[in-house]
Amino acid sequence: MGESKLDLLQGTLDLMVLKTLAAMGPQHGYGIARRIEQASGDEVLLNQGTIYASLVRLQQRGWIDAEWGISDNNRKAKFYSITRGGRKQLTKDAAHWQRLSDVMLRVLSMSAEGGN
Amino acid sequence: MGAPRRAMARVRSFYKKPPLDADLEAEIAAHIELAIEENIQHGLTPLEARRQALIRFGGIDLAKDQQRAARGLMKLDILLQDLRYTLRTLSRDRAFTLVAILILALGIGANIAVFSVVNTLLLRPLPFPSSQQLVRIVEKDPKAGESSMTYTADATQDFQQQNRSFQSVSGYFAFTGPNNFKLSGNSQPVPATGILVAEGFFETLGVEPSAGRLFRPEEFVHNAQPTALLSYPFWKRRFGGDRSIIGQTVDLSDKTDLNNKSVTVVGVLPETFDFGAVFSPGAKIDLFVPYIMDDFRDDGNDLALVGRLKQGLTLAQAQNEADLLFPQFYFEHKHPEYGKGYTAHLTGLKEYVSGKLRRSLIVLWCAVGTIMLIVCVNLSNLLLARAAARTKEFAMRTALGASRARIVRQILTESLVLSLFGAVLGLGLAFVVVTWLAHQGSIALPLLGSLRIDGAAFAWTLVVALAASLFIGFAPGIRLSMGNIQEALKDSGPGTGEGKGHQRTRSALVITEIALACVLLVGAGLLLRSFMRVLDVDLGFQPSRAAAVSVDYDDGGNVANRAAIWQEVVRRASMIPGVDAAGISDNLPMSRNRSWGIAAKGEQKQNAQDFIPVFVYIVSPGYLKAMGMHLKEGRDFSWDDIVNNRSVVVLNQTVARKLWPGQDPIGRIALAGGAEAQVIGMIADVHESSAEDNAGAQMYLPSTKQFGPEGSYLVVRSNLPPATLAMSVVRTLREINPGQSATEFKPIQGLVDHATSPRRFFVLLVGIFAGLGLLLAALGIYGVIAYSVTQRTQEIGIRMALGATRSNVVGSVLSRTLRLALIGIAAGAGASLLVSRAIAALLFNTAPTDPIAFAAMVLLIGSVALVAGYIPARRASRINPMVALRNN
Repeated sequence: MGESKLDLLQGTLDLMVLKTLAAMGPQHGYGIARRIEQASGDEVLLNQGTIYASLVRLQQRGWIDAEWGISDNNRKAKFYSITRGGRKQLTKDAAHWQRLSDVMLRVLSMSAEGGN
Repeated sequence: MGAPRRAMARVRSFYKKPPLDADLEAEIAAHIELAIEENIQHGLTPLEARRQALIRFGGIDLAKDQQRAARGLMKLDILLQDLRYTLRTLSRDRAFTLVAILILALGIGANIAVFSVVNTLLLRPLPFPSSQQLVRIVEKDPKAGESSMTYTADATQDFQQQNRSFQSVSGYFAFTGPNNFKLSGNSQPVPATGILVAEGFFETLGVEPSAGRLFRPEEFVHNAQPTALLSYPFWKRRFGGDRSIIGQTVDLSDKTDLNNKSVTVVGVLPETFDFGAVFSPGAKIDLFVPYIMDDFRDDGNDLALVGRLKQGLTLAQAQNEADLLFPQFYFEHKHPEYGKGYTAHLTGLKEYVSGKLRRSLIVLWCAVGTIMLIVCVNLSNLLLARAAARTKEFAMRTALGASRARIVRQILTESLVLSLFGAVLGLGLAFVVVTWLAHQGSIALPLLGSLRIDGAAFAWTLVVALAASLFIGFAPGIRLSMGNIQEALKDSGPGTGEGKGHQRTRSALVITEIALACVLLVGAGLLLRSFMRVLDVDLGFQPSRAAAVSVDYDDGGNVANRAAIWQEVVRRASMIPGVDAAGISDNLPMSRNRSWGIAAKGEQKQNAQDFIPVFVYIVSPGYLKAMGMHLKEGRDFSWDDIVNNRSVVVLNQTVARKLWPGQDPIGRIALAGGAEAQVIGMIADVHESSAEDNAGAQMYLPSTKQFGPEGSYLVVRSNLPPATLAMSVVRTLREINPGQSATEFKPIQGLVDHATSPRRFFVLLVGIFAGLGLLLAALGIYGVIAYSVTQRTQEIGIRMALGATRSNVVGSVLSRTLRLALIGIAAGAGASLLVSRAIAALLFNTAPTDPIAFAAMVLLIGSVALVAGYIPARRASRINPMVALRNN
């Protein structure tokens, strides 16, 4: 159900896009959106359209490149690929997220113990 | 790290909006198609597949908006929207827009014009390279005009050789009268004004010739081949800018010795070099010739000194050195018995030129700043009135989702647009004013000729316009964004709720305006009173009805010839019908000056301290009468005195009192100009340099063997209009001497006007600003009262229906007006008391608390306020109760 799905934190979508491109190689917008949905186990509430703001932001920062190409089923689509700078950024941001979620986990588990 | 790159990308994308939008469109279309295809593969019907794809995508427009916001300059997009909207609303409200732009243009224009004047006179460096190194050297206590601000050739050379502080020191001959040369060619000889400059003068200033060369050292020795440099305007005017004149000779004669000399023109000075602008405001200099030191060794103090400091040396260091050196300098090496002991006060040339004007200019700047404040307050008020009328519109927009920030931004955009239009128009106005001012040679202000609208003025315009737009938009913006939407939307008509707060803000603004206008009016009033006091000063001569013309004659250097020629000129001029009196002097009051020493002849030999410096005039009989001077005692010169070479002198009261305190000076013997002379008359003091200074010491000597004149002016007193007089006088002079040059006929009043012109200039400007301030204040009062009358139409209607008479209504509106005016005047009078103390130094014989200026201000503002209030009051009294009640 819609209500039970997670709202995306600001800035997290950019990181997901980078990771998807790093893992999957060049993808078009629809492909990226689908991969994120699938990878998150359909937990994420994603209006697929919002991905385009993220894409243009990443592109302007020079972390991804874009090129018109032909999809597997012979459709013209814009393909995005991660750049070297993008990979560096991904490593940095992923580490940051890892730390953040570790801390969150620890804090939350502590408060659960305290409750007992 | 990616920030600049991203910013660039954003800006680029702002300009490439259409192609980028198309790209996005295609991308989204592909996205949907891909989704549909996948859904069909999953077994959905094409219709359902499309529906699902669209749902998953979310709002297409929202996605587009988000993408655009991420990629481009959303702010700029909004700004453009605001701008378009503003232009639309402003063009709908044409009357308001025109008035607002006009008011702003007046304020901004006045500000730019005054800024340009201040910039030219105070802020901008002098038009010479490294001009901060240039120093003017004058005596510490200049008691006797130019003569004690100058040095002898010997002292100058001593300083040039002994100082260690200056790269170079040079000077110019300080006693040049206008038209001291005559340039004769194939046509009528023309008068020309030439300055004698010492060696290295132009090099010291850093002036390069625009054509030809400067003087060479060998041209400054006795009997050198005579040379001349032309000023750029003279070269253009006289020689049509012909370059071939360089190296050619022209016939030039000096007024004092009329032998024509062939002078080689060696160069033309650049257009940017205006000697008069820097050293002698209002004077037009045509040419320059070398000042040959050896020819002037016996002539006393006559060089005005300018030096260029060595790199890195301070003025104080140079001053210390000068304090050591100057007291050691002899007046003349040949005559050590004349004594020694100069002083020197070093002033930066810039400070010397415009330092005296600083206070006036700052006052002017403040006045024009006040005008700008009034303009802004006025505009703020107008915008507020408009905003009040638009309360509902804004409430509606807020209700539809516009943020408060967006609404304030909208108001600021409006004020910005108005300010910028005002600035453009104001620039135009300022350009006209500045161009006009730059061509006012008659105003004796330095550097005025180089006045122009430059980059600094443009920058200033922008600053003023932006500041104004912020200031103007601030109050209405705050008020509007504070408004309560619900109330505003519920309000069906004017006059309820919202009105009160607006009205209070607007009243406060109007009171501010009135107070500011008060300050301006008091300032202008005080300056005007001072100016009138200056005009009232008894100058010691009567400038009206007298005029002077420069006389050419050839006496072959013979004193007797000169006496005969002078007598003939005066006799013939006196016979011209309508001429009351005529006389010749070599010098006119309030033009150049020179001074000699005078002492009472006593038992012992006089030493240097007994001599007091006096201004000297070599005159013919009849001159005192022609100038309208008052002979207190004794008699004027007679032609007998001159023919018989009698040594006689006429003194003014100041000198007589100093030399023979409490005694009758007539018949006593004075040592004047190096000879004994009998005092035959005493005249009332004459204001020598300006009406504002104290009258100096003067003596008048006949043109005899001892006292040679330097040039000669025929002064005539007559009731005839100057044009008629000029013709007959010049014709008479031509009959006597066919070589008489076509010279201008100068009303003596002109000399006085020239001397008072800076004060006139300031009074005029401050007066104009005060008038403008008054007008704006009146507009403000009118606006507020008229608005309140409109707002209260219903109320007034009810009152009238209940029996209020017309005069009751008028009375109530007027009393409200007066209340505003009185609060404003009270505040303004208080502020004026502070301000007038600050300008006390600019006043002449006028107290800063001058009751007349204050009373006039109260009366003027009070009556203007009444008029401004009466118009809406009358309208209120004409309200038809029935109509007023039926509306709404």
